[in-house]
Amino acid sequence: MMKAFQSLGALRALASLLAALCFASTAIAAGGSDVPLSKAPVNLRDAVSLQRGAHLFVNYCMGCHSANYMRYNRLTEIGLTEEQIREYLLLSGDKVGSTMSIAMRPADAKEWMGKAPPDLTVIARSKRPDYLYTLLRSYYVDESRALGWNNLAYPNIGMPHPLWQLQGQPVLKVEERESHGHTVQVRSIAPDLPGVLSAAEYDRAVADLVNFLTYMGEPWRLHSVRIGIIVMFFLAIMLLLVYLLKLEFWRDVH
Amino acid sequence: MNRLLAAGQGLVDWVDARFPLVSTWKYHLSEYYAPKNFNFWYYFGSLAMIVLVLQIVTGIFLTMNYKPDAAYAFGSVEYIMRDVAGGWFIRYAHSTGASMFFVVVYLHMMRALLYGSYRKPRELLWILGCLIYLVLMAEAFFGYLLPWGQMSYWGAQVIVNLFSSVPLIGPDLAVWIRGDYLVSDATLNRFFALHVIALPLVLVGLVFLHLVALHEVGSNNPDGIDIKKNKDPVTGHPVDGIPFFPYYVVKDLIGIVVFFMVFAAILFFGPEMGGYFLEYNNFLPADPLQTPAHIAPVWYFTPFYAMLRAVPAMFGSQFPGVAVMGAAVLILFALPWLDRSPVRSIRYKGPIFKWALGIFVVSFLILGYLGVATTDVWGKMPAFLPIIGGVEVATIVSRVLTLAYFGFFLLMPWYSAIDKCKPEPERVTA
Amino acid sequence: MSNPSTLAAPAATAAPMGDRRKFLLLATAAGGAVGAAGTVAPFVSSWFPSERAKAAGAPVDVEIGALEPGMLVRAEWRGQPVWIVKRTPEMLATLDKVKERLADPESKAPQQPDYARNATRSIKPEVLVLVGICTHLGCSPSDRLQPTPEWAGGFYCPCHGSVFDLAGRVFAGMPAPSNLVVPPHMYVSDTRLRVGEDSKGA
Repeated sequence: MMKAFQSLGALRALASLLAALCFASTAIAAGGSDVPLSKAPVNLRDAVSLQRGAHLFVNYCMGCHSANYMRYNRLTEIGLTEEQIREYLLLSGDKVGSTMSIAMRPADAKEWMGKAPPDLTVIARSKRPDYLYTLLRSYYVDESRALGWNNLAYPNIGMPHPLWQLQGQPVLKVEERESHGHTVQVRSIAPDLPGVLSAAEYDRAVADLVNFLTYMGEPWRLHSVRIGIIVMFFLAIMLLLVYLLKLEFWRDVH
Repeated sequence: MNRLLAAGQGLVDWVDARFPLVSTWKYHLSEYYAPKNFNFWYYFGSLAMIVLVLQIVTGIFLTMNYKPDAAYAFGSVEYIMRDVAGGWFIRYAHSTGASMFFVVVYLHMMRALLYGSYRKPRELLWILGCLIYLVLMAEAFFGYLLPWGQMSYWGAQVIVNLFSSVPLIGPDLAVWIRGDYLVSDATLNRFFALHVIALPLVLVGLVFLHLVALHEVGSNNPDGIDIKKNKDPVTGHPVDGIPFFPYYVVKDLIGIVVFFMVFAAILFFGPEMGGYFLEYNNFLPADPLQTPAHIAPVWYFTPFYAMLRAVPAMFGSQFPGVAVMGAAVLILFALPWLDRSPVRSIRYKGPIFKWALGIFVVSFLILGYLGVATTDVWGKMPAFLPIIGGVEVATIVSRVLTLAYFGFFLLMPWYSAIDKCKPEPERVTA
Repeated sequence: MSNPSTLAAPAATAAPMGDRRKFLLLATAAGGAVGAAGTVAPFVSSWFPSERAKAAGAPVDVEIGALEPGMLVRAEWRGQPVWIVKRTPEMLATLDKVKERLADPESKAPQQPDYARNATRSIKPEVLVLVGICTHLGCSPSDRLQPTPEWAGGFYCPCHGSVFDLAGRVFAGMPAPSNLVVPPHMYVSDTRLRVGEDSKGA
């Protein structure tokens, strides 16, 4: 046993060096966008945040976007009753067991908007929460765009600001800053015409929405972690048992 | 209790009169003498069997709800994970199992390299293993299309297009494989058939032959010496051998439990494994009109993919790259005849082999990383350098490492013959 | 280890099965059985109706305010036809008359929820709710509601000729072994009937 490890000592040293290289370069790759991504404050245990997020999603996203793989009655998992779901969230004509689908057909949407708005059930799994959180906080007014909106995280985005009533109409701010002897342009957004919410309230609302999108991408996440802990505990006991069993049998081996 | 035992014995006798039950048990387990000095590296054979069974069982249950139809495939996977009770467990077990299969198989192959398990008389055993690896890669490739996400789609598109670089018949060959002018429903349907029926049958058959061959020649061991040379004159069993049952069965249980702990930790706490086991872009449905910004194969293919990208187009054809990639896999088959060392195990091989193996493993790992990364990951060579100025650093490194990979094999007849080996012991060491 | 004196000694000599060995074997086997059961559970549960199937089989609300006496309306619940019949007093009167010729006049077999195990097999005497599937081999009987001199009114299965009365009770000597099924149902309001759910939450 020892010899095998000794002969591999050199290999392992090189492998850890390699791992260090990998991590260094992923950090570079992630910074490719114009704005650094903000950390989305996702907390799947915060039922109130998830409920507010669900409400925002139904009211502000489901005009154009579906969540075809998510069922309304699953929202009982985040503390809503079926009655509350019927009253506050359900679109007319849907049943509480229906999927969160919309009436607009993708083919029609493509004709009207050039590109069908994507289904958002698993959007937080493909685009990641941090990106969504940054995206929804990076809109600014841009008169040169057809719909009057642009985005720092997704330049020339097709979708106009979905939450502008809440956030208001921020504008682009370009600052020049000295950095290592060079002048660099720093682009950020600055508040202009106010919306219904204050800046802090708006960030909270986006956080809730992203929290909900994250939950919706994998609704069984917390459940899975709970089962996982039990399974790991069980396997630890089994490990002890099989280890003792092996020692016991191998007493025969000289 | 005694009557129960007697009844059991009666049943065994009845079967044994009609089927070689007891003799099979003895030949393959209770009287299969394995060297007593197996170490950590010897867990991965039985683990590979466990994963194979796991993949077959979870795969069967997935087909009960999966729809191999371009219009429904993506949705049916979400349906399995959301609407089918226990579905997310089954699907994650299958996706985690796919990657863990390669982890286990790579470590199993590493063991063979360390201890010379491919040397005479185990050449055929090694070749069968290489065939298993080859079929496993095909199985994984076909299976990866089925979720019909962006990475599934574009991965299949790129790999199938490799075939169009084959001289003369290439373009027709690619169309024939797809059954269409692009990856489409027809491609999905045939890949499904190959993934769930054809290749699993081949795989199970090859694994069976692999085991038969193993039990014919007997297991190698970390000392690389032949335990059959030293038999007990009375019993005729190797003095350094112990029966596989019960000793290695109970020992393998430890490996299995530890493996399940790793497996469960991934499955329950992070099945995407940071985007390596389940790629983030594969949660976007396949869109034939839009390629994701960065596409890379799943991690277990990336060393070969990096070699493909490292080879420049020659005479206006991508074929050399494809040929190199194919050769990188096929050269494994020749290994038993490339090694001229007088000893099998790395324990008694000389410093040249140790260095060569170290360089080989590191090259393989770095190539694997470069296959995931974009070609500009390490920037470009300074422009003032002749020839390589302005070329991506990663491309240069990939070329050097590709040469190192092939060098390990092609130079082996030379360096293994001149290496200063230590004498092998008479008996296995603890 | 490579002491020449041990050269001929076997590497392993099986010790007799001691208590410790027996205990560890049993404990590992028991633990393994628990683990196997836990692993099998998701596979077994995957065969039960999915959320989609459950949503499709969810309770159905039927508005019966406009249903006229003597008429039948069809609804669909879990992919099966459900009949709702508003029986006239004349129709209800036939129930007692045919009693002698029925296989199970008292509805003893559990073909209905307890609240429909009465003379009219219904919550409200006049409103009959039935699953329209013959208890013989699953055909859907046709309704022949209006009594005539030779026909008391009821349902007739075209496949094998089973005949049921106006409470879905099967006549004796028919291929069908039992009465038609009364599904769980409840009144959400006076005129709104919910099929598939009752006040017990079934």
